[in-house]
Amino acid sequence: MNDNALNHLHVEPTIHHEMKGDEGSLVTMKGFSLWYGASQALFDVEMELEKGLVTALIGPSGCGKSTLLRSYNRMNDLIDGLRVEGSIIFDGQEIFHPDVDVIGLRKRMGMVFQKPNPFPMSIAENVAYPLKVDGVRDRKLIADTVERALKSSALWDEVKDRLNQSALGLSGGQQQRLCIARAIAADPDVLLMDEPCSALDPVATAKIEELIDELSGRYTIVIVTHNMQQAARVSHNTAFMYLGRLVEYGETSAMFTVPRADRTKEYVTGRFG
Amino acid sequence: MRPHTSKNFEAELSHLKDTVLRMGGMVEAAIGKAMRALEWRDAKLARTVIEEDHAVNKYEVDIDDMCVAIMALRQPAAEDLRLLITGLKISTDLERIGDLAANMSERVLEIMNDPHSSSLNELLRMSQIAQGMLHDSLDAYVARDSEKAEAVCARDETVDELNRQIFRALLTEMKDAPSGITGYLSLMNISKQMERIADHSTNIAEMVIYLVKGKDIRHTSFGK
Repeated sequence: MNDNALNHLHVEPTIHHEMKGDEGSLVTMKGFSLWYGASQALFDVEMELEKGLVTALIGPSGCGKSTLLRSYNRMNDLIDGLRVEGSIIFDGQEIFHPDVDVIGLRKRMGMVFQKPNPFPMSIAENVAYPLKVDGVRDRKLIADTVERALKSSALWDEVKDRLNQSALGLSGGQQQRLCIARAIAADPDVLLMDEPCSALDPVATAKIEELIDELSGRYTIVIVTHNMQQAARVSHNTAFMYLGRLVEYGETSAMFTVPRADRTKEYVTGRFG
Repeated sequence: MRPHTSKNFEAELSHLKDTVLRMGGMVEAAIGKAMRALEWRDAKLARTVIEEDHAVNKYEVDIDDMCVAIMALRQPAAEDLRLLITGLKISTDLERIGDLAANMSERVLEIMNDPHSSSLNELLRMSQIAQGMLHDSLDAYVARDSEKAEAVCARDETVDELNRQIFRALLTEMKDAPSGITGYLSLMNISKQMERIADHSTNIAEMVIYLVKGKDIRHTSFGK
């Protein structure tokens, strides 16, 4: 019996009651465990991301939700001593297969971080960046993509007259929407958002949440959030994690009205965390 | 379940439960007084029930205010949310029971000088069952005891049957003594109101089941 099996001796299995999307699942995580050196951060996670739906990851600090999010596009690869077990199958392909082009994977799984991170260049150049990296020279294509991405991220009307000004002059909320536009410009299937509103005021937060709602359907979205009401507002399914384990993964409305696991009940009602 | 991290939130929920219980206790007492007034022809007691009904109404408003404030300020989830929804619903049922007790007392005042009907004992028995249902439904609310709540729902049929029996008996009495028809109509009214009280207690019990299990068992025949 290996360590992993020992860890499961006294652990309840994940309770699943997630909503299934009309287009089925896009990403399947199977028996997924992850170690940072000797310390295990994720334990045997089984979870489907439904295509076109918004999935929220919630749980107390250190529960592994950001680690889980970063596993989807292998952002954890850069960490020394990282080891994984199990598999993540994205659109039929194992993402840990040696033949996988990690840059290509990350383009298909765009990421938005906690703190807006626009590059020190113009608004248009920020959005066009993924195309430039790909060597696209076609000015018309670039201009069209910039416009489409900025419209999709509900920023176009606010910036269309100053596309060549520095992105650093935008407000925090605008910068975050710009980062979403940059992720969209790469034409991804999945948007991974790691606490995208934690540095924003309530109005900017509401705009991002509205944007998430508009983008769902076209994109499969995963959002890590510390704000349970935000998870309740924006997501179709919610995954509750605790100590590296997926405790419960279910339809959001049920997770916040009739959660099934005792841990989930305690967490969503503010009894710990 | 362990207490909330926020002690104020914990205290607010516990204050809500206490208030619902106090309102329930008041309403339960009102039914008892109305029936005692009927049994002992006690006009003063009947008037007390009518006068005290405004205090019951005040409780309803207070409980609803409390629930709305907690919802707005705490954004409760899961069982906490259900506790508040249940509080709102129960306060409405209790207020209706209070009205019914006051209404029964008005009927009692109408028959102060009439002789006792042979149905009095059945009426008292029915009242005991209905009061017991109310009492147990509130106990179940506090203890979050869905089995007790289910037992309350099961007793409703007995009360319905007693109401039908009393109705038939009073009809016979009416035929035998047409001069007392007004008094018999008042008694029929009291019997009907007691049957309604059992219905409201059943509503409360059904809400307790929702509180505990998160499952709405009301009007389940709709799905059939």
